[in-house]
Amino acid sequence: MKWARLISIGLLVLVAAACLLANFLAPAPYAHQFRDLPNAAPSHQHFLGTDDLGRDRFSRVLYGTRVSLLLAPAAALLSSLLAGLIGGFAGFVGGWTERIVMAATDLFLSLPWLFLLITVRAILPLNVAPMTSVVITFALLGCLGWAGAARVICADARTFSQSDFVLLARASGSSGFRLLWRHLIPNLKPILFAQFWISIPVFILTEANLGILGLGVAEPLPSWGSLLRELESFSSGSTQPWQFVPLILFIVVVSSFHLVLTKQELPA
Amino acid sequence: MKKLFAVIVFAIFAVSVALAQAGGELRFCLHSEPKTFNPVLMEDDSSETIRYLTGGVLMRVNRQTQEVEPELATSWKITDSGRTITFQLRKDLRFSDGTQFSAADVAFTMQQLMDPALHSPTGDSFRSGDGKVETRVLAKDRVAITFPAPISGLDKLFDQVAIMSATSPLKEMAVLGPYVVAENKAGAYLILKRNPNYWKHDGNGRQLPYIDSVRLDIQQNRDIEMVRLTHGEIDFINSLDAEYFDKLASSDPAMAHDAGVSLDTEFMWFNQVQNSPLPAYKKAWFTSTNFRHAISESINRSDMARIAFRGHAQAAIGPVSPANKFWFNAKLQPHPFDQKAALQLLAQDGFRMQGDTLHDRDGHAVEFSIITNAGNKYRERMATMMQQDLSGIGIKLNVVTLDFPSLIERMTRTFDYETCLLGLVNTDLDPNSVMNVWLSSSENHQWNPSQKTPATQWEAEIDRLMKDQASTLDPNQRKASFDKVQEIVWQQEPFIYLVNKNALSAVSTSVRNVHPVALRPQVYWNIDQLSLTSEVARNH
Repeated sequence: MKWARLISIGLLVLVAAACLLANFLAPAPYAHQFRDLPNAAPSHQHFLGTDDLGRDRFSRVLYGTRVSLLLAPAAALLSSLLAGLIGGFAGFVGGWTERIVMAATDLFLSLPWLFLLITVRAILPLNVAPMTSVVITFALLGCLGWAGAARVICADARTFSQSDFVLLARASGSSGFRLLWRHLIPNLKPILFAQFWISIPVFILTEANLGILGLGVAEPLPSWGSLLRELESFSSGSTQPWQFVPLILFIVVVSSFHLVLTKQELPA
Repeated sequence: MKKLFAVIVFAIFAVSVALAQAGGELRFCLHSEPKTFNPVLMEDDSSETIRYLTGGVLMRVNRQTQEVEPELATSWKITDSGRTITFQLRKDLRFSDGTQFSAADVAFTMQQLMDPALHSPTGDSFRSGDGKVETRVLAKDRVAITFPAPISGLDKLFDQVAIMSATSPLKEMAVLGPYVVAENKAGAYLILKRNPNYWKHDGNGRQLPYIDSVRLDIQQNRDIEMVRLTHGEIDFINSLDAEYFDKLASSDPAMAHDAGVSLDTEFMWFNQVQNSPLPAYKKAWFTSTNFRHAISESINRSDMARIAFRGHAQAAIGPVSPANKFWFNAKLQPHPFDQKAALQLLAQDGFRMQGDTLHDRDGHAVEFSIITNAGNKYRERMATMMQQDLSGIGIKLNVVTLDFPSLIERMTRTFDYETCLLGLVNTDLDPNSVMNVWLSSSENHQWNPSQKTPATQWEAEIDRLMKDQASTLDPNQRKASFDKVQEIVWQQEPFIYLVNKNALSAVSTSVRNVHPVALRPQVYWNIDQLSLTSEVARNH
């Protein structure tokens, strides 16, 4: 499946490049409403037509992809780091510390994410710029998404801390920090790496779900969530197949993220 | 030529009569399960649908003419300066279970309606002052009801009062309306059967209703409801949104009905609560009439109606929709879209443009947020359109969508918001139904609720006029007072009215005698007159 991985990497690079160059590629500002052309079909001026307010869909797809594709990895990085710190520390120290930390993790896992996000979103200040709101949304996702990964990392850290090479290092006088830095973290890196890649599509999906509920990124900034909202009413979408482009792009990118992971990196 | 025309018209009439046939089953969807079958306790849409289909009322507001028509009462008289209403009832009527209908049933219904322990939402409209409502049975077919204080527009309130039997063992399940609940499969469907004792007959002496039964499927998903309509599984959708309507109009134009502007209004308002946690300079903006006017004149309502509602709405003028034939003040015109005039108004208050941004006289950039309920795509579109419109006068508008409980919390308890965009679904034509919005002491006086004394002169004037119209019985005098209220609201714009939506519905061509109207229930308001084509009546 090496070829599939290569194609996926190529696609991701292409998509990332296109959205990073959105300022140059977009034919119109993403927020501008061409009010004489709502729901227009694709044309020379609007490659993917316009949305229900007359905004250029191609520009919105480029900018929306940029938002989701830049911030989802950032959120994934945050959650993976938190998971590594919390899970790694609990697994390494073990005993009561591990039990307490894992009990807290289980409690965190049992929280209804969606309601928590809705609640947190509701208590945020109202006058925040759309870009700030999207950063807050993804930061929240990152802060709330560590628990599952922390459990996996804790289990691995425990296994490693009881392994022969760590025992040998301990016996030869390595300090706690050196054990952690030189022996544990390098061995946990592939797991953290896999968790990072797995989290990206999860966060993209979560933002899309929030967007479908109308609670994601604030208007007029586009994101995949707000672009996918156009498809809420499938019966109206059927007459405008170009509306499905964001969905196809979304599926391609999420699939590519999964295919990028090597067999060893994939969770069992 | 004239003869030929007359023959053709007669032939069309004869064919349509032949095609329409009594019997069959009418099917449509409810979006939730009815919470109760007790007519005095109903407040949700589904329960009200059941009440409309099954309940017999003393008088009915004709949804087409908006005039009151006699039903169980043949006549009535309002006396005692509007405190007493005396009904003359039809004789020899029976409830669906065969129980005799009499004045005692009206007395029982009023007693249930006004029972403080039951907290009847319908009864609230009749609470005119301290003291008890007294019902006197004058004869078997004559009853007088006396209220502690006068109630203007009293007769129309009885449109919502379904008469219950005082003696039937079936209690509220014994009804006087065209249908009776025959089967209730919780969460799935309800079957209503023709009331065998329904009193109405058509011109040929045939007992109404024409259709034998009504099946109401519980269906929350509007997409599925639409698919079921196009597949012929249901016969109509009472209220459609603009997108579904356009889709249907392009595929089955005969099924799509636009009854014109409805009573529903979309509007926004600024938070003018003095103890709200807003900075003082923003409170000063929001309490300025010039500022509110400027915002109003910077919003392109026509674009909103054309784009957000796909042309199935019209620019709103004031608190009363033109669909409300009697109470609408026809002198008022829509606020124009004029951003130059808006900037002039703002300049009068010391606002000035610095580059692309508007600043107040203290140098604060004009930026505020608008909250609305998440998931309502029409309101989100309207807010986004306002964002672009207001950027034209240098104002930055932040759109915030909140889940409904959070929205209500901010609106009613913490007052931690700047502007709010919501809609009002009107079911009642009479201004008394919106007393709680206009009185400054009311909790629902949204821009500045529960005031001990009116904060402004014009609010005091609205209070006075609303009380005046409520205390007089002369409809013209009431209309004059309420016209003045509409003029003050138009001038002061505590609510900035944006659009009035059209009443859109979808009806299968197999249903006859359908005349969708702007008032609810748009499609089945004449349920007892509806019939199905012979083919459908056979198949259903």
